Amino acid sequence: MISAPRRPGPGPGRRIVAAARLLTTPLLPEDYLGLVNPLWSATDPRGRVEAVRHEAPGAATLVIRPGRTWRGHRPGQWVRVGVDIGGVRHWRTFSLSSPPRPDGRITITVKAARDGFVSAHLVNVIRPGTFVRLALADGEFVLPAPVPAKLLFVTAGSGITPVMSMLRHLTTASAAQADAVVVHSDRTAGDVIFGAELRRMPGVRLHERHTAVEGRFKPSDLPDICPDWAERDAWACGPGAMLDDLTAFWRAEGAEERLRVERFRTVLRTGDGEGGRVTFTRSGVAVDADGGTPLLVAGEGAGALLPSGCRMGICYGCVGRLCSGKVRDLRTGRVHGEEGEIVQTCVSAAAGPVEIDL
Amino acid sequence: MTDHLTTADYDTIAAELDALQEEIMSGLGARDADYIHRVIRWQRGLEITGRALLMASSLPPAWVAGTATLAVAKILENMEIGHNVMHGQWDWMRDPKIHSTTWEWDNVSPAEQWKHSHNFVHHTFTNVLGKDNDVGYGILRVAPEQEWSPAHLPQPIYNLLLAMFFEYGVALHDLELDKIRAGTADVEVTKAKLRQIGRKIARQWGKDYLAFPLLSGPQFVATLAANFTANIVRNVWAHMIIFCGHFPGDVEVFEEERLDGETKGEWYVRQLCGSANIAGSPLFHLMTGNLSHQIEHHLFPDMPSNRYGQIAPRVRELCDKYDLPYHTGSLSKQVTSTWKKIVRYALPGGKPALKAPGRQPSA
Repeated sequence: MISAPRRPGPGPGRRIVAAARLLTTPLLPEDYLGLVNPLWSATDPRGRVEAVRHEAPGAATLVIRPGRTWRGHRPGQWVRVGVDIGGVRHWRTFSLSSPPRPDGRITITVKAARDGFVSAHLVNVIRPGTFVRLALADGEFVLPAPVPAKLLFVTAGSGITPVMSMLRHLTTASAAQADAVVVHSDRTAGDVIFGAELRRMPGVRLHERHTAVEGRFKPSDLPDICPDWAERDAWACGPGAMLDDLTAFWRAEGAEERLRVERFRTVLRTGDGEGGRVTFTRSGVAVDADGGTPLLVAGEGAGALLPSGCRMGICYGCVGRLCSGKVRDLRTGRVHGEEGEIVQTCVSAAAGPVEIDL
Repeated sequence: MTDHLTTADYDTIAAELDALQEEIMSGLGARDADYIHRVIRWQRGLEITGRALLMASSLPPAWVAGTATLAVAKILENMEIGHNVMHGQWDWMRDPKIHSTTWEWDNVSPAEQWKHSHNFVHHTFTNVLGKDNDVGYGILRVAPEQEWSPAHLPQPIYNLLLAMFFEYGVALHDLELDKIRAGTADVEVTKAKLRQIGRKIARQWGKDYLAFPLLSGPQFVATLAANFTANIVRNVWAHMIIFCGHFPGDVEVFEEERLDGETKGEWYVRQLCGSANIAGSPLFHLMTGNLSHQIEHHLFPDMPSNRYGQIAPRVRELCDKYDLPYHTGSLSKQVTSTWKKIVRYALPGGKPALKAPGRQPSA
């Protein structure tokens, strides 16, 4: 499922690179080679947008050719994408909607969120030929190997995207015997991303729930739709409330280990709490932040170059060591922090003055 | 020159300049990002072209064209790109490849040390005697307020040598020679800095004086001479532009007492009175790294350099409004004036800069 990693081999190749660095110091050879093809960069991995396809109202699929450091992905994983808007780099996480493909290209499918100017930019503005920054694929919301015989997917809205990658993989020749049930909720039939493709997918039993007329899907509806639901390996992706309900439902049946969930967004509390002066000691940046602004956002706004990842408190790509002060976890409201504690800057806000080693 | 300003004047000057900065910084966008990306692409293209031409360095036309191209590339790299990126002018783009914390430049002075001696010491204490090491670089007497000693007699020759080997002068800058002389410098710190400089010199020399000459085969000496010449040209040019920034004409120097309780408005006025611009074409401004807009750069060191030309008329207007000097002139005028001072102050004495006629304090 994972394409072979391409690392620069030891031996002559590496020696040539080392020798070339003597010629390009203080820059790297790739800084010059990038003039010819930006996709060759290993220290600043990129992808080229090759096509933008309209998918559903407010949703588009971007076909991206990843650069040479891309190591492939497993169906269901996500990728962090960095896009320059107004000259400023913004990183967001998107599910890959393509299965691993022989031509090496990947797709992400983006739904323009009402408050998301990055997603809106990707859906409405970005044009083929644009280069985006691309981190490596990540995430545990994937198909196991070997693929189980009976599968169930419960999705809503853009929650279909990681599942689509799995379904597309399942319906390729290599894994043809899949018995998959998909229960998907969306406002109307026209809103369903990949609707046409889903409806004619071989081996996939699709149950669509159009919430505008039928109301919201409840886990208790499930036994009617899919009587053997508890025997199936299940994947769920959609709004947080739906995932909470599903988790409780599976747990009540004692089958929770069969359910895997993927959350797109973590609901952060905003507005409450005191905030304070945040000092990023290594960057030499200090900024006043309110109690609802993640440290990461405050620091970036003040010009600090901070590590970041999922921006929703799961990947630990943004962590820093707390030197002093306390932080508030924006997911739970809990105030915590002692010297030396590693905190996630993307979901922590200042609770009073804070010093962090970043 | 500033006796006519009242406390209220200083406050309004600070407010007006803060507002100007906010206006420009909040309007930065894709066009500014495109600008620096374009300059970087051009610079790298020129460097490759220069190096490629020098693969035929035994042919005189190729030698001349290659050396000139490489010199231009090195000037752009140090001035419009390196200096300005390390000031944090492009940090707002959040691009780790073009960021003050990651940038290293094609110069023997290590970025980390340069950022301390230049961004912090020079830009904070601009033209304050005894605080700003850029006033005479610790060896030259450029103002009558500096005490004369016989060591200053040969300073025109020192300055010529400093011009040719300017990057080494800059590299030694953060060592703070006067502290070493006075015995107040931490020996371990100085040693660590020297090791860092040594490593940087080794890499720079390895590239310009060994690797590329070897690559050109039997033309080793011709290529080495070309690279050496390009470095000298870059050094002389950078030295000339930078010396025109703070030394020509009646640019002021300040005593240390001035720093006591200095307000933001007073800081701005010190930057205004302590800096000088050079008039010229857009291409000239580019080749100076926009340090020809030294005044604007000293007011807003972290503003992207492509914006200095845009705000220059408004800074000048403000100077007129408050009867403050706005030092500017052609390159030849500023260079002549700078050299005159270096020759004059090699000898003892000299009058402090003329006080400009100013308004009487209105309150």
